[in-house]
Amino acid sequence: MLLIRCPYCEEERPELEFRNAGEAHIARSANISGESDDDFEKFFFIRSNPKGIIYERWRHMHGCARFFNAVRDTVTDKFVMTYKAGEPKPSKLPGVAK
Amino acid sequence: MAKAAARTAATASPSAERRSALAGRTVSATGAKVEVLPPAERISLRAPEASVPALSKALGVTLPKQPKTSASKGGRTALWLGPDEWLVIDEAGKDPLADCAEVSALHSSVGISHRNIAISVTGPAAEAAINSGCPQDLSLEAFPVGAASRTILGKAEIVLLRTAEDAFRVECWRSFSDYVFTFLSEGARDAAG
Repeated sequence: MLLIRCPYCEEERPELEFRNAGEAHIARSANISGESDDDFEKFFFIRSNPKGIIYERWRHMHGCARFFNAVRDTVTDKFVMTYKAGEPKPSKLPGVAK
Repeated sequence: MAKAAARTAATASPSAERRSALAGRTVSATGAKVEVLPPAERISLRAPEASVPALSKALGVTLPKQPKTSASKGGRTALWLGPDEWLVIDEAGKDPLADCAEVSALHSSVGISHRNIAISVTGPAAEAAINSGCPQDLSLEAFPVGAASRTILGKAEIVLLRTAEDAFRVECWRSFSDYVFTFLSEGARDAAG
């Protein structure tokens, strides 16, 4: 079983307690009604779906119930790191050569 | 809510009598005993950090701030569930909801006495019985006496509290209680080998 580190519980917990909640760092426009259809489509439907490192929202559903962000490798399914919701995208990832 | 319910139960006709789910059910296996605990008063408490001292004072128990911990005093236990969320269980018959009502600091306390059922799992094989459906590390190093956590058991969400080295309190929703009790009973039998 995968162990995922919850930044609020400050420890690694079994994956069964967690739920994925889609891609992270997608900012909703402050003027959503003024968005063009194309821009809204990009915001609402289009996701990066990369091969490799992805930034995702996860929720510790059956634990502290908090949302947080995680960096995961879609090829190896390994979690690179997790950090609290609202924190900026980490500029350096531990153990990832780039 | 719980207070009002108790009053109603005392005066209403027998048809309105409150019956707790699974009351009195017990399963004993070699090394582990699974038992439904008597009713208790419970609240779900949400509060920002600034309100915590006032609430701790009113409840008479210091709300823990560390993850996976609990605090207990005078039959009342406060379990850390999240950064601003606690489960308060009172087994001494005093309603914590009434104590919170006197606090003017911002908070949300909701009476959930009848929503939850408590099941105790005791004995040297208690850890193994719970681990039959709970993926957390329940060794004494990772989950010491007093540790508390919301987690899962099989398909149901539970709140787990270690009350002694070989004793756990499992809190689950009333509607899941039959499933959880049966799961733990099977786990206890398996743990006994």
